[in-house]
Amino acid sequence: MEIHHPRTLDDALQARAAGATPLAGGTDLMVEVNFGHSRPELVVALRRLQELAEWDGHRIGSAVTWRRIEREGPKALAEAARTVGSPQIRNAGTIGGNLATASPAGDGHPFLAAVDASIEMASVGGSRTVPWEDFFTGVKETSLRDDELITAVHLPERLPPRQAFAKIGVRNAMVIATVCCVVTRDEDGTTRAAFGSVGPTVLRARAAEEMISAEPRPSPAALERFQRLVEEGVSPITDHRSTERYRRHAAGVLARRLLERCLR
Amino acid sequence: MMVSFTLNGSAVTARVRHPLSLLDILRDEIGLRGSKGACHQGECGSCSVMLDGELVCSCLVMAADAEGSEVVTVEGLSPAGDLSPVQEAMHRAGAVQCGFCTPGIVVAAAELFEENPRPTVAEIRDALAGNICRCTGYNAIVRALESLAGRSR
Ligand SMILES: Cc1cc2nc3c(=O)[nH]c(=O)nc-3n(C[C@H](O)[C@H](O)[C@H](O)COP(=O)(O)OP(=O)(O)OC[C@H]3O[C@@H](n4cnc5c(N)ncnc54)[C@H](O)[C@@H]3O)c2cc1C
Ligand code: FES
Ligand code: FES
Repeated sequence: MEIHHPRTLDDALQARAAGATPLAGGTDLMVEVNFGHSRPELVVALRRLQELAEWDGHRIGSAVTWRRIEREGPKALAEAARTVGSPQIRNAGTIGGNLATASPAGDGHPFLAAVDASIEMASVGGSRTVPWEDFFTGVKETSLRDDELITAVHLPERLPPRQAFAKIGVRNAMVIATVCCVVTRDEDGTTRAAFGSVGPTVLRARAAEEMISAEPRPSPAALERFQRLVEEGVSPITDHRSTERYRRHAAGVLARRLLERCLR
Repeated sequence: MMVSFTLNGSAVTARVRHPLSLLDILRDEIGLRGSKGACHQGECGSCSVMLDGELVCSCLVMAADAEGSEVVTVEGLSPAGDLSPVQEAMHRAGAVQCGFCTPGIVVAAAELFEENPRPTVAEIRDALAGNICRCTGYNAIVRALESLAGRSR
């Protein structure tokens, strides 16, 4: 096998064009390697590529680690970062790797969906930035091309002042989400609710958002209705981690509690 | 291909034929058997090492990506023949049973005290969230580390 340690993004993109597999923190890729599911012959190592580790206001480089996001990120994204794996995993794992893996349970995704972030990708031919909806295309599938790298995540200039993340799982640490959720609320009442692990990709409960955004001071009945609309708006499955019914219920309860937190 | 890096302060070079993990070459090529491999998927922490100053699972580091890096393993934490303060405290508290998790816990705890000399019990438990022990039930380990909190190590 061969590995490239590029000095510049251009070097990295050349290697990518030549068919190299990207390696960032390795916390997803090396599990595949260790169990014989992946055996890359040509690797481009991104861990020490400074250009991808840059964090400039609302542009977060793809090689920024969860550890850093935990400390420096916007509130609900930092809260999500805190729940990723363990200290060992957070020190190595990156936001770019989380996006490329595109697990339905990726804990970084709900925040990005809630604030309508976009994903920047580049190849030797140039770069493009797509909205999150156009990035995630299915279970572990994205619109990233074989010759592209994810270079950054773009957050909007202004983030909602109220935001909260929560995750349900069987343990407090080191757990893949049964459901994870971000709710944000703006001063004008605009509310967003995004969910992981309840569909093939991260999703938003749009009907619930629309209904509650029109309520300047939601009554208990409105909160109840919001919860029900969330339950109807998610599309979970039953698997080894949980059942469809539990996930639907849990998504509603989580979203309502996070909304209450935002309203406090 | 060959990979060269600094291991516990000394330069080493090892051969890597496949996309192996750093853990594999530490144990099988270099012969340092302190770091353990209980899961090879980042779940157990028995392979914990410091890579360029960060606590990581060496089973999830591609060996070839250690090129030019600084690696510190459990062997690098105790001067020849002596126990490190964390090892000493764990020994005293009876925090070692089968010992399989111990090297990873020693490395994770050393990193914790490096960053935070006076961790609370909650902070100790948080710092060890990535280290699984199937024997002790953790209480003796936490007690051992608590006994070090605030002391010089
Ligand atoms: C024990 C354990 C616990 C975990 N817990 C969680 C958790 O709680 N929540 C969670 O969301 N995830 C969790 N994960 C999954 C993983 O840690 C995260 O998805 C992490 O963000 C992956 O980032 P990485 O840098 O390690 O990716 P890598 O493993 O380096 O790469 C992952 C994939 O993305 C590709 N890739 C990496 N960077 C780029 C790039 N810049 N451009 C294009 N492609 C790229 C790689 O080729 C590979 O296919 C866990 C993993 C382990 C082993
Ligand atoms: S062997 Fe690396 S975490 Fe278990
Ligand atoms: S002492 Fe046996 S696993 Fe911890």
